[in-house]
Amino acid sequence: MSETYIARSSAIAARMLAGEMMVMNSADSTFFTLNEVATAIWQAADGHTPLREIVRERICGEFEIDPEQAQTDAEQFVAELSSHGILLVSDHPLPPEAPR
Amino acid sequence: MSMPPKIACVEIGGIPVSLSTNHQRFFDLLLGRYEGFLSASRPEFALEFEIIVEGTASDEDVRVRREGPHWLLERGDFSARWDPRTGTGSVRQNANPYSLDSVLRILHSLILAERGGFLLHAASAICDGRAYLFSGVSGAGKTTMTRLAPADVTLLTDEISYVRPNNVRPNHVYPEVGIDAYRAFGTPFAGELAKAGENCSAAIAGLFFLEQGPENRADELSSAEAVRRLMRNILFFAEDPGLIEKLLATACDFVARVPVRRLTFYPDARVWDEVRHFDGVKEGMPAHV
Repeated sequence: MSETYIARSSAIAARMLAGEMMVMNSADSTFFTLNEVATAIWQAADGHTPLREIVRERICGEFEIDPEQAQTDAEQFVAELSSHGILLVSDHPLPPEAPR
Repeated sequence: MSMPPKIACVEIGGIPVSLSTNHQRFFDLLLGRYEGFLSASRPEFALEFEIIVEGTASDEDVRVRREGPHWLLERGDFSARWDPRTGTGSVRQNANPYSLDSVLRILHSLILAERGGFLLHAASAICDGRAYLFSGVSGAGKTTMTRLAPADVTLLTDEISYVRPNNVRPNHVYPEVGIDAYRAFGTPFAGELAKAGENCSAAIAGLFFLEQGPENRADELSSAEAVRRLMRNILFFAEDPGLIEKLLATACDFVARVPVRRLTFYPDARVWDEVRHFDGVKEGMPAHV
């Protein structure tokens, strides 16, 4: 089974405020507010940890979520942020976030 | 022998910028346009204007991008190069006031981004010594709010608000969160009202996002929604990740320190009673009255 790797795009700005992570794409000004689970995935998107491992260790390990449901939700979340250029997705490890 | 350039210092938001040109008519134009904002202060920044062709402002989108250490500002009716390291720049533009306004707005937005401030699509005014900002999409009621203002209210702008952190006490940890953390300054940038704001400033006591409705009421917004709305209305021109990062940090800080509300208002003078009696209380924040 091929793995999915995710990394944060260097074209975004992110900020935590009052427990909510806000993410903004500088290219098109799209703005997202991430819930707790999405924030955990976002923070773990280092380019070399497989998504499946992130879900297992960071989501199922810390939140009471059914593993299959968690994986499905994570894939949907990744697809949405990827479509806005906020997360980079690949089937092989990605380089770390480019310095600004 | 060429004549020395004519120089005027225009101080908006407490930031003096010298504007120099050899073009007499353009110089007269800028003196008239920024009459209330001319300053004898020592300029912090300098722009040289070369007037190229006569004409009107352009409807094209402005492009602001980095080229090495410089910012390049381009639109059909002007092009400019700005060096933030030296605080100097050169502008080639038509001799019309709208191009000049645009260049100055972009320049100030870049300077403010570095200093933790921003320009906001908002009317602003001083009431009882405190500044209030009224933001929203076109047609939401920014100019209406300024037209409805009582005589004792001082108009700062009906279109572009100028917001800076209060640097009187740099790095100060404010025990009274929300009080005097940010100031609003008057600007010469007018909207439908076609009238420059007063050249003065006051601490910001509240930011309202306007919506017209059957009654006057101010409702809390979540922090995330407040930041979302604020970012949507901040003027920034560059698709630059570093700049967006700074603005998002500033927006979060502003929302944490200044009361932000959705103001539904019926367009008559009573809405100013709502503003005048706004106490800005939110969790962890003392009342302003």
